[in-house]
Formats: sequence, structure tokens, C-alpha cells
Amino acid sequence: MEIVPLSHYLFLSATLFVIGVTGVLVRRNAIVVFMSIEIMLNAVNISLVAFDRYLNLHDGQIFSFMVMCVAAAEVSVGLAIIIALFRNKPTINLDEFNIMKS
Amino acid sequence: MELLIFYPLAGLCVAFALGVVVNNSPAGSAMSLIAMMLGLAGIFVLQQAHFIAVLQIIIYAGAIMVLFMFVIMLLNLKGSGESASWRSRDKNLLLTVLSGLLVAGVLYKIIAVVESGNFDSPALRPETFGTVRQVGTILFTEFVLPFEVASILLLVAMIGAVVLAKNKVD
Repeated sequence: MEIVPLSHYLFLSATLFVIGVTGVLVRRNAIVVFMSIEIMLNAVNISLVAFDRYLNLHDGQIFSFMVMCVAAAEVSVGLAIIIALFRNKPTINLDEFNIMKS
Repeated sequence: MELLIFYPLAGLCVAFALGVVVNNSPAGSAMSLIAMMLGLAGIFVLQQAHFIAVLQIIIYAGAIMVLFMFVIMLLNLKGSGESASWRSRDKNLLLTVLSGLLVAGVLYKIIAVVESGNFDSPALRPETFGTVRQVGTILFTEFVLPFEVASILLLVAMIGAVVLAKNKVD
């Protein structure tokens, strides 16, 4: 059975990562920016697992497991921050948040 | 054979990832993201990483996305927030061109590396590769310290989330 070459996974990973970067740069909705960050983390996971299969190791899978842990932690804290900000000012448009200024 | 499964899945993932970015309502973005996570789980299965595929569905498509939907519903963001205004921001064109350049550069680099040798032929793998038993054995022997640290990280994140969501920011 013909298997998918490593480069295909890397292409997919790079494409998804850049889509995530674009989302972070272009969107101003805090929640959508968070989702774009999730896309980037997932893109990295594809690379990790692809290399792990290519090199016949399992370290990459363990690493992507850790990435998932960090993503879960990041999302829970980040969404708590968004809720706290929303209480302070009823919007999640990132352009309107400048409480750290001055 | 695998390629026939890979291309539709990859196309689906990219399409739904774009859907996350261009969707106007946050709930629609979240739905696209769930679809993308499921597609990625399929790709992980294709890569013989069954454990990661299952985790992808349980943690990402399950827990994390439920948290996202929960916050979207809680804040009742329909209509508020940026809505469609992000499409007409000043520097969007510049940023899109820059990220286009970024993707072109990354793909160019990957192609250059791939062309330079027999990069695509992977090592032979045993039948047991990627099974939960294999991954679990390594996780609890070689990587047991990072595993425990990850649990502390999650505990800290949990406490942090509770503290942050409870108090009002001044």
C-alpha cells in the first residue's frame, strides 16, 4: 500500500499554520483569534506526528500530547480572561481594549 | 490508496480552517473549527497515531470546543463585537499579502528540502507502531516527568481560570 509522503503532511501543516497566522492578524474578535491560535497548534501537531512516523519514534506523539495539554490550559485561562474583560467592558473587539495603556 | 484518503481530508481541513477565519459569527467559526478538528483526527489515524486521533476528538472537538461554545453562548455575541467590520480594516490587504508571502516562502523551503534527497521514504515501521500500548509505555517510562508536570500545569490553569473568572478586573 502506497503511503502518503512526509512532504504532503508538511505542506498541509504549513498551510494550516499560515491560515492560523492570518486569522490572528486579520480578525479582531478575541474568540476567533483564540480559535486561530488553536488552528496553529493543530498544524504543529500534524508536523510532529508526521515526523514521528517518518523517524519511527513515538516522541512526537508524546510531544503533541503535551501540546494538547498546553492548548487546554491556554484556552481555559484565555477564555476566563475574555469573560473578565467582557465584564469590565461589554465588547470582545480587541481594538477597543487598551486598559494597559497609560 | 492512502493518498486517496489524504487529499479529501486535507482539502476539508484547509477549507474549514479558512471557514474559521472568514466566518462572521463566532458560533459559525466554532462549528468550522470542530469540523476541522474531526478532519485532523482522520489525518492522525492515517498517520498511524491512533492515540493522538482519539485525544484530538475527546480533548479538542469535545472539551475545548465545548468551552468555546459555552463562552460564545454566555457572552451572547450575536450581533455585538466586530461582526463584519473586520473585512474593511485598513491593513487587511497588506496583512493578507504578507501571510501569502509567508505561505509561499514556507512551501518553497519545504520543496527545496524535499527535492534535495530521498526525504519522502520513511523508515520501515513495525506493525505495533502508534498503538495506545506503545505510546502509553513510553509516556509512563521515558516521559513520566513531563507527564506529571503537565498535570501540574493543568491544575495551575484551572485555579487561574477560577480566580480570573471570579473577580472583576479593575
